[in-house]
Amino acid sequence: MSHSVTETEKLDNTTLGFWLYLMTDIMIFASLFATYLVLVNATAGGPSASDIYSADFALLQTVILLTSSFTCGVSALLLRRGKKTASMWLLLATVVLGAAFLALEVFEFSTLVSEGHTWQTSAFLSAFFTLVGTHGLHISVGLIWAITLLVYMYRTRIGSDMVRKMMLFALFWHFLDIIWIFIFTIVYLMGVAS
Amino acid sequence: MRANHKLAVGIGIVALLAGLFWWLIAGAQIDVLAPKGVIAQQQKTLFIFTIALSAIVVVPVFILLAMFAYKYRDTNPKHKGYDPEWKENSKLEAVWWGIPIVIIGILAGVTWYTSHSLDPYREIESKHASIPVQVVALQWKWLFLYPEQGVATLNYVVMPKDVPVTFSLTADAPMSAFWIPALGSQIYNMNGMTSKLNLMATELGEYRGYSTNINGRGYADMSFTANVVGRDDFYSWAEGVTTSSSIAGINENIFNALKTPSVEKSAITYKLTDPELYNHIVGSYMPHMMHDEPEDATMDAMHMEGHH
Amino acid sequence: MELLSGLLGRMSLDYLPTEPATIGAAVGMPLGALGVAAALTYFKKWGWLWNNWLTSLDAKKIGVMYIVVALIMLFRGLFDALMLRLQTAVAVNGASGPFDTDTFQQVFTAHGTIMIFFVAMGLMFGLINVVMPLMIGARDMAFPWLNSVSFWLFVAGMILNNVALIFGGFSPGGWLGYPPLTGLEYNPGPGVDYWIWSLQIAGLGSLFSGINFIVTILKKRAQGMTLMKMPIFPWSVLVTSVLIALAFPILTATLALLSLDRLMGMHFFTSDMGGNPMMYINLIWAWGHPEVYILVLPAFGIFSEVVPTFARKALFGYKTMVAALVAIMFFSFIVWQHHFFTMGAGANVNAFFGIMTMIIAIPTGVKIFNWLFTMYKGKIWFTAPMVWFLAFVVTFTLGGVTGVMMAVPALDFQVHNSLFLVAHFHNTIIGGVVFGFLAGITYWFPKVFGFRLYDAMGRWSAYLWQIGFILAFMPLYILGLMGAVRRLDHYSDPTWQPFFIVSGIGVLVILAGTTMLVAQVAYSIWKRKELVDTNGDPWDGRTIEWSVPSPAPHFNFASTLKVTQRDDWWYKKQAGKHLTPPPPSAYKDVWLPKNSASGLLVGAGAGMFGFAAIWHMWWLLVVALVFVVAVVIRRTYDTNSEFMIPAKELMQEDLLVYKRRNA
Repeated sequence: MSHSVTETEKLDNTTLGFWLYLMTDIMIFASLFATYLVLVNATAGGPSASDIYSADFALLQTVILLTSSFTCGVSALLLRRGKKTASMWLLLATVVLGAAFLALEVFEFSTLVSEGHTWQTSAFLSAFFTLVGTHGLHISVGLIWAITLLVYMYRTRIGSDMVRKMMLFALFWHFLDIIWIFIFTIVYLMGVAS
Repeated sequence: MRANHKLAVGIGIVALLAGLFWWLIAGAQIDVLAPKGVIAQQQKTLFIFTIALSAIVVVPVFILLAMFAYKYRDTNPKHKGYDPEWKENSKLEAVWWGIPIVIIGILAGVTWYTSHSLDPYREIESKHASIPVQVVALQWKWLFLYPEQGVATLNYVVMPKDVPVTFSLTADAPMSAFWIPALGSQIYNMNGMTSKLNLMATELGEYRGYSTNINGRGYADMSFTANVVGRDDFYSWAEGVTTSSSIAGINENIFNALKTPSVEKSAITYKLTDPELYNHIVGSYMPHMMHDEPEDATMDAMHMEGHH
Repeated sequence: MELLSGLLGRMSLDYLPTEPATIGAAVGMPLGALGVAAALTYFKKWGWLWNNWLTSLDAKKIGVMYIVVALIMLFRGLFDALMLRLQTAVAVNGASGPFDTDTFQQVFTAHGTIMIFFVAMGLMFGLINVVMPLMIGARDMAFPWLNSVSFWLFVAGMILNNVALIFGGFSPGGWLGYPPLTGLEYNPGPGVDYWIWSLQIAGLGSLFSGINFIVTILKKRAQGMTLMKMPIFPWSVLVTSVLIALAFPILTATLALLSLDRLMGMHFFTSDMGGNPMMYINLIWAWGHPEVYILVLPAFGIFSEVVPTFARKALFGYKTMVAALVAIMFFSFIVWQHHFFTMGAGANVNAFFGIMTMIIAIPTGVKIFNWLFTMYKGKIWFTAPMVWFLAFVVTFTLGGVTGVMMAVPALDFQVHNSLFLVAHFHNTIIGGVVFGFLAGITYWFPKVFGFRLYDAMGRWSAYLWQIGFILAFMPLYILGLMGAVRRLDHYSDPTWQPFFIVSGIGVLVILAGTTMLVAQVAYSIWKRKELVDTNGDPWDGRTIEWSVPSPAPHFNFASTLKVTQRDDWWYKKQAGKHLTPPPPSAYKDVWLPKNSASGLLVGAGAGMFGFAAIWHMWWLLVVALVFVVAVVIRRTYDTNSEFMIPAKELMQEDLLVYKRRNA
């Protein structure tokens, strides 16, 4: 079908467009990081970074998310080689790991809140909850995306369109991983060290 | 209409507008261009200088625009020189890259120099020591504190002629801004921090001051008067306030009443018995801040955005 | 009762308007909408509206809808301006004006927000949608569906902005809404939330548009059209879109932080608990300054097309024009601090940003000289777009002068936030952006509708706008120097009054100029047979959009286009090549997107989300969110979204075009 010409062109366009979207998202995170760094000492009598962070806990989250990034990458690779079933299993693993990461984050947040350290306590905590929470929100979107992708893969025969959709998801998931590395370094490691 | 008629109508309209504005300006009191202080005086000079410098580019632009539009209109019976492919000329382009670069270069030098010489934080040189005045912007009134004289005033400030005054400014309200056009330079008043402004009046008189930043419903009524008096008169005025038995001292109750949002146009005088009042007002917004240098806070915000 | 308050959030009857002016608007606007709906029903036009316009993914139609919305909003913004000047013409020395302070403050906030977000941005996106794909030889945007989402987000933001008039009131905090004034402490009501969500939703649409335009320009140009053979307007769109993609996320983040302060009691920008309002001012201007270049660069692009066409001469210094655009893009990101020299950052910081700011004047000045020397040795046809150009040079240059003045920090300390500042930015935005876009609309109108606008009325509109501008804003410069600050709803100095009255008359003249535009459209529709554009090239144009018939067909170009040089169409005409149709092999099957209502549904969902956030109707917030996500997922996995036009059909239609051209 002559349709395929436009299909390759579209692949290019969508990938470029998605990269550009990621760039805009980087600008959003850059604004949030800048805000966090300005406000990190504005504790207004509440706890400071070193009072509330646990590097071990964040390290566990990091390991889980990195692993999920790995399973996601292999999943995309397998799909490109035409192995749909294996790809779906690894995507499922990605979803499970992502959900685990999110569960840990919810646990961390609820612990803080139950100790009385809420986002209303100080500007520092507002910035913390917002920066980390925005990443968590992206993870949630990624999970919904991955689940719809799984349903689509289950119901549809493999094709260039499916590979394209998978590549975009993988790009998004790796991007979230990179953002998390920055959060881990700037928020948690530097916070514990301060 | 023929081109000549159009030109005549155009010139007529321009003349009418010019006449209208001449009539308007003739009777107007233009504070910025009639300065009564050293800072405003230099700013007026700078104002005229930048206009003159810009005119070097702008006047030729207007002349060329009129000339080309008139000469190369397609209805011109004497039209000649049509050359649709004439589209590059590096010498000409060098001219209009070059001239603006030189002009902006000059202006950049002037900018650097005046940013320092007219920096509101910079103390004005004078044989007299500078008088500190603390300014608190409230909703919607101005409170002036004279820690050295022990005087506080509402909605008016008294300044000695030819003596520099160092204003320290804060707010106990949404961000406001302090401006006396006849004396020069405005600066923001912000909660929990201090900004500085140095001014010196050179002529006796009463000048108007405003808040230039919107801070709520009573914003338009938030004006004050700057009374410039002789140096001796200033001290005897302050003396009179502190020794008067009929003038109350400003205390917490009075301050809290002033802080309540309201329009208050009258000028009121108080004694200032607590020289720390200003610091209490600033400090009330940052009980636990790690650093309490207001200037630092400003610079943090500046640095934060420096990456873009 | 509890259930009701759960359902309605913080709504109550207290939020109904009480002022005569707002009651009038609150009654008038729904009545007007109802009238339009009734007319559509009576003339049985709903199907036409739905199928031909609302659900269309054709960039040209989306563009026209943008422009229609923007022109309606232009009237809203102008009436706001009229209200402001009516008030200041009267309210002196204790005399009360027609409006109370609350209304006045909401009106100037609405005026600024509407004019920037829903007029200037709307006209810009409209024109880009209409002609940018045509100018680069593309059949459509890279992402037609995303394009329709952008448009409907724009509409959703616009509607929220206007609903505030009817129920709840708008923000009184100025168009950039500095906290802490816009924080919970000083403004807990729904007004600021209307402002936030109206901008947030429209801003997201702009962000998507920016991405869409970049990909379109980089990926969908005609064969042979290298970037340096591309016309300047698409160049300006590319540069502007990069600015959008870099700057608008900052707006999104900043507004999100402000709304977190308001909705969840956070402390980003509060005065206490460590909040830092100065950070907001930095962030909002890190978006806000690029934003003004986002608006003005496409206007520069338009004049770079208009002047060569009507001077019948190639653009002077093409490469310089491109270089200047890129230079302006770069510098526009390192000048934001000049909006608050008076915060007291210190002499070095202020001087640095001041100098960076005035450097922008250099490439801008070069562009003006290049346009002037495009006229030189030309044969100028003074149509309305050229008159707009003359008005632009005069007005914008003066705005540039006052801009350079205000870039000197020591001088800015004496005029900042006065009416001098207000006059300055109107000088650049009206002179640059509005005049540019109105020139562009007149210039490309025939390409979309197949007939020209009646030119004399366009020229009159330009004259009225120019005279009105001088009357409205020159007095403000003087008032600023007299000490009049912006946003005053009353004042005590009677010597200011004559200036305000003249300024108000100026607004009336501008309103007359705008009415003239509408009359021009109406008259041109009436006389469309006489103004018809038979060959698709009414101005003897230079760029390839004039090579297709007017109105441009849905598929834009029938054959696969090959471009060999700048001003390709002009030189094709010179060589007589425009008379021979391409070989049959140049016609290929074309796939185009089918109509889709899902963009509209995303807009509706986003509008609901914003409304729910404003009124704290949490259930609706969740419903709206789920709805939007569902629509997006459905669309993403929709495999049947395109239809095909066979090559044969295209060839037949195209041969007719060539037949007419040869006749």
